[in-house]
Amino acid sequence: MKRTPLIRALAVGATLSLVAACGSDGDESSDGKTTISWWHNSNNDPGKAYYEQVAKDFEADNPDVDIKIDAQLHEDMLTKLDAAFQSGDVPDIYMERGGGELADHVEAGLTRDLSESSADLISDIGGSVAGWQTDDKTYALPFSVGVVGFWYNTELFEQAGITEAPTTWDDMYAAIDQLKAAGIEPIAVGAGDGWPAAHYWYYFSVRECSEEVLTDAVTSLDFSDECFLRAGEDLEELIAAEPFNRGFLSTPAQEGPTSASGLLATGKVAMELQGHWEPGVMQGLTEDEQGLGDKTGWFAFPTVEGGEGDPTAALGGGDAWAVSADAPDEAVDFVNYLLSEEVQKGFAERDMGLPTIPAATGSVTDPALASLIEVRDSAPYVQLYFDTAFGASVGGAMNDTIELMFAGEATPEDIVEATQTAADAEK
Amino acid sequence: MTVSTGGTTGAATSSAPVAPRPTRRRGQRARTALEVLFFVGPALALFLVFVVWPIVKAVQFSLYRWKGFGPLQDFVGLDNFRNVLQNDVFVDAFTHNMVIVVLSILVQLPLGLAIALLLNRRMRGQGLLRTIIFVPYVLSEVIAGVVWFQLLQPQYGVADSLLDSVGLHGPEQGWLGTPDYALYTVFVVLTWKYLGLAVLLFLAGLQGIPDDVVEAAQMDGASWWQIQWRITIPLIGPTIRIWAFLSMIGSIQLFDMVWILTGGGPANSTTSMATFLVTEGTKRQNYGIAAAASVILFVVALVMALVYQLLVLRRDSHALAAGGLR
Repeated sequence: MKRTPLIRALAVGATLSLVAACGSDGDESSDGKTTISWWHNSNNDPGKAYYEQVAKDFEADNPDVDIKIDAQLHEDMLTKLDAAFQSGDVPDIYMERGGGELADHVEAGLTRDLSESSADLISDIGGSVAGWQTDDKTYALPFSVGVVGFWYNTELFEQAGITEAPTTWDDMYAAIDQLKAAGIEPIAVGAGDGWPAAHYWYYFSVRECSEEVLTDAVTSLDFSDECFLRAGEDLEELIAAEPFNRGFLSTPAQEGPTSASGLLATGKVAMELQGHWEPGVMQGLTEDEQGLGDKTGWFAFPTVEGGEGDPTAALGGGDAWAVSADAPDEAVDFVNYLLSEEVQKGFAERDMGLPTIPAATGSVTDPALASLIEVRDSAPYVQLYFDTAFGASVGGAMNDTIELMFAGEATPEDIVEATQTAADAEK
Repeated sequence: MTVSTGGTTGAATSSAPVAPRPTRRRGQRARTALEVLFFVGPALALFLVFVVWPIVKAVQFSLYRWKGFGPLQDFVGLDNFRNVLQNDVFVDAFTHNMVIVVLSILVQLPLGLAIALLLNRRMRGQGLLRTIIFVPYVLSEVIAGVVWFQLLQPQYGVADSLLDSVGLHGPEQGWLGTPDYALYTVFVVLTWKYLGLAVLLFLAGLQGIPDDVVEAAQMDGASWWQIQWRITIPLIGPTIRIWAFLSMIGSIQLFDMVWILTGGGPANSTTSMATFLVTEGTKRQNYGIAAAASVILFVVALVMALVYQLLVLRRDSHALAAGGLR
């Protein structure tokens, strides 16, 4: 009969697929050790090697723990994390950017409350931890927090005859005129990606709004205060002065030499408003891997006359270690170890970021990063990037309308209205 | 194939005694069914898992407010659909898709036909020219997009440098950065990319036209133009209609090229329905809204395909069936 081989073939096929399905199941450790999975984005040396060493040190002190590191490219990690949150199979230790995003994860019961198990560290870190708290509970420990400011090319400033970095917007407009007169494009902005343009509105809001208004807005999602309108008017005025690079509406933030960071790194524009990662990004965009090198300068977002915000307040954000809800207790121990003075010092010495434990901040060797820490630590508070703080949905609507303003198609009222509409949908 | 083999075997054994026939038939039928299942099964399984199931899930998601993780519990009925249909960005995106659909047919059809007719004549370098026209279609869309993105950079790009060198100036914000031009710039790149397919299909259609028809027309004194207009083009009608169908569906689902060139910007001037739903879903985590947009996109594509099938393609398939019977 011909039927038999057919059925046998089917049976073999079915068995093979079963075997294949079983082959991927290997999460449980066979030797009785507790396995902790850890995802991070330091996929280059020195960070990658350092974290491997840190894990080994911890394993040496805790012989029954096995740490499985997965170092990924940042963008890949974000995509894979989204998928992990959807499936509920979240790595034991992963990175959280805080704000509304974290609040959503907390609400979905994906993230572990660290308030008690890491109480000492939380008080060590101080104010920076606020972005990772909801309802007075702490869900992640920030290990690097930076601030946004203007990165500039000292040589081009000199060439234009600008002797001092601007501190007020009057200075800034004067500097823009001087640069233009010298034939230099003043500011690069990656409005094609949205968020670099949005940072301007965020920062004008930080200058125009008092801390109370901003803190309230995060919880009440109420943007009716006049100061948000004034921020839009300030931005409109800046855009009208035409300080931005040609084609800024389609310029990406940091991909390739014609991106905003690339233009700054190659000396095509004089400055760019960017986060603390800018020197590293610029190094990756230049052939000699030096970025702007010793021509790199930094100054804080200029103050706005009559603004209700503290003139030294800063806009910023960072990364924190979070522990997934169903992770073993050892994962919490490891996160506490990651925030220990020892590990944070090593982190600082390798210029991997801006450490948050005060005892480690002195170990940063890069002068640009060291000066940022100074600014960060002397700021009365660091306002988390609005799009992170308010969550992806509100942040996305906000960024989109700010981008429209850069294209001359939205008014200050439009920004507030679009943001409020998206926020009301969240309530 | 399997079925017809079973049929012939049945016919060959028809002279066998009457009594055992039903059992043998039943055995045959079971075997045939098993064989059909064996050959169709894998494809059917893939189709169910990767096409039907996602559609069902998308419809389900579209009825909830959902951030992409956690349980589905915030049932909102048709709110997401209302939200999408009232969203200016989505309405604009739909308009952009339609502009591309219409422009593709208005521009690529005559252009593709002209090139195909030209390349159908005997001439030197015919093979080379055909290859050159067809190469962009073979290129991966992402690679083509990145290359064009670089060419179209304001100030530093090749396009602007060339214009500058002849004393003209591109738009201040660049071709892709000016809201008024961006969609048309994307369309130019799409035409460059997909013209090769139109030309290839039309050429294949032209090759299928029997020489004797053309020769007969020549004998009757028809000019070259008359032959193309009265004979060749009507004869490749079915090919043209199939191409227009493919082009239409491709334009409705437009995503990759827009995503690479502009990401939907500047100021949402190039969004397509597909970029809208990806932005809402993965960037803003409004998966319910994204799912509603995807369902709308699916319905739009399905309705257009069915209408086209009924009004235009049915003639061709009827003709084909009639031809087959003859």
